[in-house]
Amino acid sequence: MSRSDVLVDAEWVEAHGGDPGVVLVEVDEDTSAYDKGHIRNAVKIDWKTDLQDPVRRDFVDKAGFDALLSERGIANDDTVILYGGNNNWFAAYAYWYFKLYGHRNVKLLDGGRKKWELESRELVTEVPQRPRTSYHAKEQDQAIRAFRDEVVAAIGNDNLVDVRSPDEFAGRLLAPAHLPQEQAQRGGHVPTAKNVPWSKAADEDGTFKSDDALRALYGDEAGLDFGKDTIAYCRIGERSAHTWFVLHELLGQPNVKNYDGSWTEYGSLVGVPIELGDAK
Amino acid sequence: MTADGCGAPAGGAPVSAATDAGAQAVVQGRVTRDGSAVGVGYARLLNSGGDFVAEVPLGEDGGFRFFAAPGSWTLRVLAPGNIRAERVVSADTGKITELEVAV
Repeated sequence: MSRSDVLVDAEWVEAHGGDPGVVLVEVDEDTSAYDKGHIRNAVKIDWKTDLQDPVRRDFVDKAGFDALLSERGIANDDTVILYGGNNNWFAAYAYWYFKLYGHRNVKLLDGGRKKWELESRELVTEVPQRPRTSYHAKEQDQAIRAFRDEVVAAIGNDNLVDVRSPDEFAGRLLAPAHLPQEQAQRGGHVPTAKNVPWSKAADEDGTFKSDDALRALYGDEAGLDFGKDTIAYCRIGERSAHTWFVLHELLGQPNVKNYDGSWTEYGSLVGVPIELGDAK
Repeated sequence: MTADGCGAPAGGAPVSAATDAGAQAVVQGRVTRDGSAVGVGYARLLNSGGDFVAEVPLGEDGGFRFFAAPGSWTLRVLAPGNIRAERVVSADTGKITELEVAV
């Protein structure tokens, strides 16, 4: 897999964003950003109200994903181009989610909304009207989703990558610094996890670093064993979806899972080991 | 304000809203240019080692807000037109550290 299979740049989007069979989708942390202005022809997916089950802590099920994509006018054969703010944080999460349900052609706009905005490219408020489709998702691909027992089993055996900030890893903060620190679970990290904050994979303009720089970051600097399976986690699985994208889609690591339960689940489990303090 | 997920408050974090710091170490402020709010841009929080910690889009009033840990932080502002500005700020638990960044 090469970068062109999973990433497009702004010039490509400007040239092809309106082509038949191409659907631009904004998925943003700030869910009101789309309404203030978005890339022409882009539809919106709300990471919370559209992708999360409203009652259980889980994703919308297959039927729910079918209904969502059909309503947004996205067909199984469409090439979906995802973008969003904060280094594509939530767009990468949506990418992983689309892959979880087996969508074939999905890519990220490298740099996302931030690079687009900082380059003063066109944003419009007009909402495109796409005809309804009849979308059929596949069963969830469990090869890319980790559950808690797999995380416990991986301690000391496989790569665990904690992609939160160093303060969250050490247990000093319980949430990212732009959110209130009001979570009730224990702080710390899964023993033997390496701390590679997700954002280190991106340059300041939000684009991904080169493959060589990424290999050095996760391999030489963090000490991941590329010969082993890997589980990435953060607080609720969004930032770690970004790291999953880097390891699985850009670097081509074969067995990488995103643990979407992440620290809000692990840090609330009874009886599991927790380690405190800075990375060693 | 609540955060039942990982998302930023809808519409960013307007500094006009009354905030009680409580047990939080709040760093918030406004970005202006020639006295007017910079409504398109990003505020990034870097730790004392220079590593990125968080980023928010500026509100329409140029506002931003972070819930940091106590200590020293660098705030970096990015806006269209290669505009960049940095301020070093100190955050304390129970306090709101306010700053206005003119770019």
